[in-house]
Amino acid sequence: MTQSVIVQVGQCGNQIGCRFWDLALREHAHFNKKGCYDDTTGTFFHNPNGDSCGDNGRIQQLKARAVLLDMEEGVISEILKGPLGEIFDSTQLLTGVSGAGNNWAVGHMTYGSSSRDKIVDQLRKAAEQCHCLQCFFLIHSMGGGTGSGLGTKVLRLLEDEFPEVCRIVIPVYPSVDDDVIVSPYNSMLATRELTENADCVLLVENQALVEMLKMEYACHGGQHTKSNKVSAMDRLTGPEKPFDAMNDIVANMLLNLTSSARFEGSLNMDLNEIAMNLVPFPRLHYLVPSLSPVSTLPRVSNSTRKLDKLFSDVFSKRYQLIKTDPKRSLYLGCALMLRGNVHMSDLHRNIERLKPTVPFVSWNPDGWKTSLCSVPPVGHSQSLLALANTTAIKSTFMEMRERFCKLYRKKAHLHHYLQVEGMEESLFSEAVTSLDSLIEEYHDLDASVGKLMPAAARLKIAK
Amino acid sequence: MSVVTVQLGQCGNQVGLELFDTLYNDAQAGQRKTYATASCGRFFHQTEHGEHVARAVLIDMEPKVIKQNFSKTAKSGKWKYDNASGFNQRQGTGNNWANGFCIQGPRHREAVEDILRREVERCDRLHGFLALMSVAGGTGSGVGTHVTQCLRDVYPKSFIVNHLIWPYRTGEVIVQNYNSVLTLGHLYQLSDGLLVHENDTAHRICSQLLHIKDISIADINKVIAHQLGTVLQPALTADSNGVYSTNPLGIDWQLRPLAVSERTRSLTGSNVNTSLANLLILRGKDVFSAETGIFDDAALYSSWLSPKDAFKIWKCPVSFNKYEKTATLVSNSQALIEPLDNMVRKAWSMFAARAYIHQYTKFGISEEDFLESFTFTEQIISSYSQLGCNV
Ligand SMILES: Nc1nc2c(ncn2[C@@H]2O[C@H](COP(=O)(O)OP(=O)(O)O)[C@@H](O)[C@H]2O)c(=O)[nH]1
Ligand SMILES: Nc1nc2c(ncn2[C@@H]2O[C@H](COP(=O)(O)OP(=O)(O)O)[C@@H](O)[C@H]2O)c(=O)[nH]1
Ligand SMILES: [Mg+2]
Ligand SMILES: [Mg+2]
Repeated sequence: MTQSVIVQVGQCGNQIGCRFWDLALREHAHFNKKGCYDDTTGTFFHNPNGDSCGDNGRIQQLKARAVLLDMEEGVISEILKGPLGEIFDSTQLLTGVSGAGNNWAVGHMTYGSSSRDKIVDQLRKAAEQCHCLQCFFLIHSMGGGTGSGLGTKVLRLLEDEFPEVCRIVIPVYPSVDDDVIVSPYNSMLATRELTENADCVLLVENQALVEMLKMEYACHGGQHTKSNKVSAMDRLTGPEKPFDAMNDIVANMLLNLTSSARFEGSLNMDLNEIAMNLVPFPRLHYLVPSLSPVSTLPRVSNSTRKLDKLFSDVFSKRYQLIKTDPKRSLYLGCALMLRGNVHMSDLHRNIERLKPTVPFVSWNPDGWKTSLCSVPPVGHSQSLLALANTTAIKSTFMEMRERFCKLYRKKAHLHHYLQVEGMEESLFSEAVTSLDSLIEEYHDLDASVGKLMPAAARLKIAK
Repeated sequence: MSVVTVQLGQCGNQVGLELFDTLYNDAQAGQRKTYATASCGRFFHQTEHGEHVARAVLIDMEPKVIKQNFSKTAKSGKWKYDNASGFNQRQGTGNNWANGFCIQGPRHREAVEDILRREVERCDRLHGFLALMSVAGGTGSGVGTHVTQCLRDVYPKSFIVNHLIWPYRTGEVIVQNYNSVLTLGHLYQLSDGLLVHENDTAHRICSQLLHIKDISIADINKVIAHQLGTVLQPALTADSNGVYSTNPLGIDWQLRPLAVSERTRSLTGSNVNTSLANLLILRGKDVFSAETGIFDDAALYSSWLSPKDAFKIWKCPVSFNKYEKTATLVSNSQALIEPLDNMVRKAWSMFAARAYIHQYTKFGISEEDFLESFTFTEQIISSYSQLGCNV
């Protein structure tokens, strides 16, 4: 089996990471009743005592396969003080004191240069503890300074140091009303890095997460308060912080994404199959995740109707971790990752049902990638994660560009960036150019629809 | 005469388990000693304690499926795999034929050949190899093609039959048509015969004939294993003088699922289907009095063939798997043109859009390699299409 390392950067990255580790521990504890260290547990956890366990064969100690980076101390030191603290070693975290002041350049240039060697060291150490390292997951926000700046610097380091290992980024994009004024600058500069250096990007946006939660609370109104208590007890991290419920959605998405690589199933999907199936052209590697059920609140029934509903859910805007307009979607590919007791016939029935509403590019009319993992998420009988490579993401990028231009036209706050050593104004225009050509690639695909393109002439065989 | 089965990738290993289970259960049922001995000698060897061990080599680039196979068979207490006959790596081939064929296959060639040799040396007489694999993924297709090539090199005189699972048309793998074309383009030159099962057809058999409501992969594999089992179990041929073990495998066939009943014929939807060869296998009651005249019709075969040469029957009075009687048709015919053409068309349209090519060139195959496989598969389509013409 393979192992993966999570690199969590900045406040947002570390807070989401924290929720991930909590839920991952819970999931493995739930299914690993014997408490022995096995391959499945080993995917994300390292056993410092080697493969052996204590006298009774039970796990003595687990360490997260993680690297925690931040330019301030607050978030990480709080994690260390909490009950999750013991799964991290002091050798796998790095903090600064001054913060990045929500400035991409400070994170990317200043801190990126001064701590480069230390970061590479930690990445190598985490990699050495893996028998077969398959994937780095990089989690950070796009609007602040550390996550967006240093996070995308780490992405480059990963590419240089581990070119063979898959790089999947989970960036959290700021919502329109984000309180960081310069978030459009930071997102723009960071997006260019993601376009150039990531294998796969799973997009997340905060407003979308908020709406998903609202929807869940509305559906489960009365029930929620009660179940919430239960889940707070399951939790290691105690009383909820403001972002916790939102971060749980992202953490669950990651658990779903990796479940087929960790647990058994009749149709496995390894992490290296994600990019292989969903990225037809190197730069078009932005995927829209949608997840149902959203929360960890258990739904009771698992009748067929409910299962079919999961499929409908993930093609509705409300279940997307970043909102795109499904009506404007042209799909390049779509993965359906199922957990729990789901049959081949369920899969095919639903694909047939949804097909008419899911338009694919002409050269990929059956662009479905599917997997069946037999182990459901804790508290549910089934779940479905969809990953869509769709041209609808174009409008998200166009809006981002607009917000950027509003600031940039006035050169607002620019001097904060330009005074950072190594930062140049050309980086701004290059970032715009990079985004423009990305938008154009999506646009060309959209424009191909409806045009009567002659099918490419097949090879002729001389008789 | 023994057959060494090579199970490749997730599909090959899952189908293989079901196949051996079918063969074993069928052979052990009832009091049919000669039949049982012939079958078991072919597909199993026995330990000194009398346990049956499958003559199988299990190959995968990830550990989960093989591990599951070992534990399932150990638990069943019926027959087992030799754990030393398994070869797996940690990281799958990621649905990438090029990764399987150019990187993983060559990298593990020696280790795999060692295991194969050990299995071959256990056979008193080796009849040949049966390689089970899907064409859509990366391991079965890519590594499977490479292993077939190695077998060809090392055992040039043994027959090699590849049993191929063709993917659902609305697939589970987006690049399945590329992987299929690359696999078929190569196996065409290497294999003695390709036995084909389409997942869509097996699925339809489950829903329309067996009326299974929730169809799982295990159900589909049971159908496939049964069909394969009826082909592989001992039978009497025209020239075998009542001796079972000469069941000859190794001619070019392609298998159409299920027998020729009106019901299945409407499932496959074919009407005029010109054949190169048909093999009919009858098992159970009344096999010697069965009326098979409709297969002697010259209109079924290409004009330059006489039905006498193109049509063969194997019979076995022992019933298969508790069925009173079974009929299986293995047909080398035009039936696969349509699905093959569909596969090549989709792959070609993707290729014309240059989509996903970078994923393959990364692992060392070029656009020319693609073109070569396209040429071979188009050649197959073209040759079969001409069978019906009176040229
Ligand atoms: N979903 C989520 N977003 C967060 C969290 N913390 C901060 N953010 C968002 O991240 C952006 C600020 O970046 P932050 O991560 O605080 O900056 P950094 O520490 O400099 O990387 C804003 O858009 C916040 O809304 C969190 O825990 N979860
Ligand atoms: N009939 C059948 N098809 C399978 C099975 N497992 C996978 N497949 C098919 O095989 C293809 C995927 O290839 P797979 O064998 O999983 O890839 P590999 O492990 O890389 O060789 C898809 O077309 C699946 O429909 C199985 O157990 N039975
Ligand atoms: Mg902050
Ligand atoms: Mg597979």
